[in-house]
Amino acid sequence: MPVKKLRAVAAGGNLSAGFREETLCRAAKEGADFIACDAGTTDSGPFYLGSGQARGAREVTKYHTGLILRESLKAGIPAIIGSAGHAGGRPHLLWMLDIVRELARENQWHFKLAGIDSEQDKERLAQAFQAGEIVALDPAPPLDETSIRAAERIVAMMGVEPIQCALRQGAQVVIAGRSSDVALFAALPLLHGIPRSVAYHAGKILECGSACVSQRYYPDCMVAELDEDGFTIEAPNPEMLCTAQSVASHSLYENGDPYQLVESGGTLDTTGARYQAVSDRAVRVTGARWVPADVYTVKLEGATLAGYRAVSIAGIRDPLVLRQLDSFLDGLRSVIERKVSDSPGLKPDQYTLQWRIYGRNGTLGPLEPETLDMGHEVGLLIDVVAPTQELAAAILAIAFHTGLHHPIPEHVGLISNFAFPFSPPGMNAGPVYRFCANHVWKLTDPCAPFALTIEDL
Amino acid sequence: MPELWEVTKLIRSKNAGPFELTFDFMFKNAEGFHAVRQSGRLSAELFSRLYRVPVEKVRIFVLEPLLTIKVTIPRPIFSGELQDGDMYGGQFHGPLVRLPID
Repeated sequence: MPVKKLRAVAAGGNLSAGFREETLCRAAKEGADFIACDAGTTDSGPFYLGSGQARGAREVTKYHTGLILRESLKAGIPAIIGSAGHAGGRPHLLWMLDIVRELARENQWHFKLAGIDSEQDKERLAQAFQAGEIVALDPAPPLDETSIRAAERIVAMMGVEPIQCALRQGAQVVIAGRSSDVALFAALPLLHGIPRSVAYHAGKILECGSACVSQRYYPDCMVAELDEDGFTIEAPNPEMLCTAQSVASHSLYENGDPYQLVESGGTLDTTGARYQAVSDRAVRVTGARWVPADVYTVKLEGATLAGYRAVSIAGIRDPLVLRQLDSFLDGLRSVIERKVSDSPGLKPDQYTLQWRIYGRNGTLGPLEPETLDMGHEVGLLIDVVAPTQELAAAILAIAFHTGLHHPIPEHVGLISNFAFPFSPPGMNAGPVYRFCANHVWKLTDPCAPFALTIEDL
Repeated sequence: MPELWEVTKLIRSKNAGPFELTFDFMFKNAEGFHAVRQSGRLSAELFSRLYRVPVEKVRIFVLEPLLTIKVTIPRPIFSGELQDGDMYGGQFHGPLVRLPID
């Protein structure tokens, strides 16, 4: 029996970046089998994973989620949202489930809601590490049982299986913690007999929403029709066009290797993929291969608290200060270190004080290959990270005020070197985290680390 | 001597996850693509020197049908570390834009 054609709708490339309501309505009206949307990434750094905060504002996330739910409920098709709240930890999942329940209540929607938790128990992971089940990718920060226990939060990135488990139990709305972006789009097609090579490749192209068009004017929806041999991808927004070149090029974006896409359970090999225009706006994609892995693994992402940050921005315009900026800052650092050592009593190895000199090498730092000639001014970012917010603020206050009046030989008398655009000149920037894992965890059951809860709304 | 940006339609750098950086060079036409290929300027040694990573860790992919060269390196500093100044990795390509092409 031939596999039926299946239409997958990506609501957008990232839930918090959004999409246009009319485009989603059009895509749903043209016949969709499910709507999915990725809501997360590690691109925005370790803060969201570490802090448990979401990136998108609640109101904005609720607006876009409401549109996805409305269209999927109207059409009677599943909605799948993964990497909830940006980092996909437990607080992010609970935040997102709360939004969904609120939407259901306000709109009198009734459906079966699945929540899939991807946050991991650190003791369980420490045991897994001891048992040799956790393996480093290259490159990776050093990880051991101590650093696992010291982490603020560790999530595992689920593959298709936990999502399929939710769908099999009749969930119409699936809210998943940290998920492979591709898995959100491959889970349902695989249940309907679409081959892995097709489902994963379509998922890879769909997961960024409208990013695979020739010119993306704004974030929006994308649609793929999958069958046994391949898929056809087309933007539901008439203003945007998929070309063979634009779709093929999308496999480059954010991927270290353009041909080998490693997923839980195997690798999608797109070396032999063919991209053919089937109209002036749709592209047919065939020819990828799925290579199963010997061992099933899920990726681990973790964040550890590194301290608390306080920052100040100062303009420097005096050419005499600028021409000796390095020695000026070195001398200033010594005075700051002495004062901080006096009170609040921290040694230099107990905090970090960094300068970023915008206008010289603020972007690339020590990697800047250009000669360090400066223009007529620089923007100095003073960046302090200390064990508590109070200490960071205290050290920053010493730093910016000492720097303000730090002398140079050419000016005799009290000078003010720093032009501060703000009062107060310093800002507390809150907790700072660092990624502590780039590892995979070998599993015998792909669903085991992912707790599934189902409720009827 | 033309500079790299004059023969490309896109030069970009971006995180490939928090631990790697990837650079895409998409060319305007086959002539520019082949000229850069033949010049040998976009070499593993260049990336090793500019970003201070071991030369054997530089991966270069030549995608001729797409007139694209892709280069992936380990991040010199992991994204979000205290010393990292470019969390998304979007400006690491800066020093390559005006690369002279023989």
